[in-house]
Amino acid sequence: MNATWIDRALPGARGLSSRPLRSGLLLAVWVGLWALAIFRIDRILATPASGAPDHWIALLALVGSIVGLARFAPSRPEGDPGAPLETSGQWGLAWRTFRRHRTAMLGLWLVAGLALVALLTPYIAPFDPALQGDDIVATRFQPPSFEHPMGTDRFGRDVFSRVLYGGRVSLGIGGLAVAIAVTLGSLVGAVSGYLRGWVDALSMRTVDLLLSFPRLVLLITIVALVQPSVLIITLVLGLTGWMGTSRLVRGEVLSLREREFVQAAKALGFGAPRILLRHILPNVASPIIVAATLGIGNTILVEASLSFLGLGVPPPAPSWGLMVAAGKDVMLDAPWIALFPGLAIVVTVMSFNLVGDGLRDALDPRSTTGLAP
Amino acid sequence: MTGQPLLRVRDLAVHFASETARVARAVDGVSFELHAGETLALVGESGCGKSLTALSLVRLVDEPPARTTTGSSIQLHGEELVGAEPARLRRIRGGEVGFVFQEPMTSLNPVHRVGRQIEEAILAHDSVPRATATARTLDLLSRVGLPEPDTAARAYPHELSGGMRQRALIAMAISCGPSVLVADEPTTALDVTVQAQILDLLASLRDETGMALLLISHDLAVVANVADRVAVMYGGRIVETGPARRVLTTPAHPYTEGLLRAVPTIDDPRGPLAVIPGRVPSPTDWPSGCRFHPRCPYAWDRCAGEEPPLDGGLRCWLASEPDRRGSTGYALVTR
Repeated sequence: MNATWIDRALPGARGLSSRPLRSGLLLAVWVGLWALAIFRIDRILATPASGAPDHWIALLALVGSIVGLARFAPSRPEGDPGAPLETSGQWGLAWRTFRRHRTAMLGLWLVAGLALVALLTPYIAPFDPALQGDDIVATRFQPPSFEHPMGTDRFGRDVFSRVLYGGRVSLGIGGLAVAIAVTLGSLVGAVSGYLRGWVDALSMRTVDLLLSFPRLVLLITIVALVQPSVLIITLVLGLTGWMGTSRLVRGEVLSLREREFVQAAKALGFGAPRILLRHILPNVASPIIVAATLGIGNTILVEASLSFLGLGVPPPAPSWGLMVAAGKDVMLDAPWIALFPGLAIVVTVMSFNLVGDGLRDALDPRSTTGLAP
Repeated sequence: MTGQPLLRVRDLAVHFASETARVARAVDGVSFELHAGETLALVGESGCGKSLTALSLVRLVDEPPARTTTGSSIQLHGEELVGAEPARLRRIRGGEVGFVFQEPMTSLNPVHRVGRQIEEAILAHDSVPRATATARTLDLLSRVGLPEPDTAARAYPHELSGGMRQRALIAMAISCGPSVLVADEPTTALDVTVQAQILDLLASLRDETGMALLLISHDLAVVANVADRVAVMYGGRIVETGPARRVLTTPAHPYTEGLLRAVPTIDDPRGPLAVIPGRVPSPTDWPSGCRFHPRCPYAWDRCAGEEPPLDGGLRCWLASEPDRRGSTGYALVTR
């Protein structure tokens, strides 16, 4: 009883003795969230009045993470060798492999942190990302200081706030575009692999055709034709990124459809949609998840490239690629303007790649990269 | 056996056509009947068409490439299945005709729990609440002799042994009370001790529910234990059929004789065994006349010229000229 109370009040505190790092992080996040809630109480209280969806999402994320951490904090010291295995399904087994993979776990912590920061941005960011100082000559090109941790850009806007808001844009676009791409790719791949025949031939030749265009050139062409906005960029990135997934899924489905459990499912009188969605696709989940995770990092990179070229998210909105582009002219005089968004891109993409590699090792026993030590 | 047969198969022929090769007549004119509560065993070497016969009973063979010829007829409870509606066939599969396959290791979906897979089979055929399906699943798992039904239901396939998985698959196959259970080499992938248990289980379930059992096997020992009647297949055709005891003790067809004499006996385990010379011909070009004649020790010119009819359970010219079965039998090898 007492122990549970400690876990609720200070999640991770009890584990500090056995696993200092992870429990310490949990505790730090928990304390940080409370600190944020206390220091930004004015903004939080203003949320219902402003009614902006951004702020509601942030509020939900804040309350959710505080409650979630208290609720699901480990109630027994971690790493207890005598603890029974909780699950033996493919996800449980994969998680046990994944947990031993140090760099992948680092990536997972980073991704979780980035997602949390992105969700809480309206409460964390010290300034409005578009706010220019009253006296632009005095406030612009300020080096990093206590007030502006990452300095200010040439309009006197706070780079730290813009990096934070840019993160929401990048992660949002990356996540949504990959969701579109993976859904579309999985469906096309699954249907063509299962039906074969002319459906397969048609869709796979289409994939070949689309893959023969360099993606960036294709994107630049499309973006040049329509006025880019966050939604358009997301859609375009999603609709140009599904071909790899569809090939992957088709290959897996082609081999799975000949497996005996599919024959058994047919013998039980199951229809084609049920066999495909409930029996074949779950068996392809592992490669799809790996491809999606690696795809998010890649998509963020492509979005940053587009923005860097001035073809991505339109200027008033904060975007990492745009900020790097804006900072490149004053690289020697005010390096912080390009440096921090550039670092943000590197850390984000690296985190997703680390998680993706770890997932591949954990989920796909045939992969050649080998298991983590 | 008297009365209306459950399943009546007439002149079933399944051919595979391709652009590059000649038509493969893998199953070519098979007829048999199956009555409630009885066990018919289809016996034969690999490639003789026995599994394909079973699969095409409920139209499980992809068409194309396969093609069921127009003369074929499969009647279940008097209902014609050749050319039946796909939706009707899906009701029959799993509902009226249950299947147990050879490979228990791979016939269960690795990503779902065993209990959930059986539940799904029940829910696909009967509109019952999920709770009822769960209860029936546990009941089925205990009926097929799994010692801890609820543990087995929660397990993933890889956590069960081969025998346990085959029991789970049998539970799945009988989950909707089929009137015909087709068991395609159900014991081939199992240990010998487990084989006997699975056969006992199939026989007792048959007696309990009164369903008919179509057992497909190349293992004569398996057949001898369970079957009431035996149909021996060779080259896509039935060459001999009759009561199991009669066929397995006094085989009339030279092929059956060869099969039986190739099995070592307990009385003389080191004794000589018969060898059927040659190999099963390709279904794209069956020999003319009797399909077994190139390998038959008694064959004479009539066998190569004209195919004997299946008459009185025997497809062999020896039926009309029994004197031809002379001393020139199978070559024997001593070990």
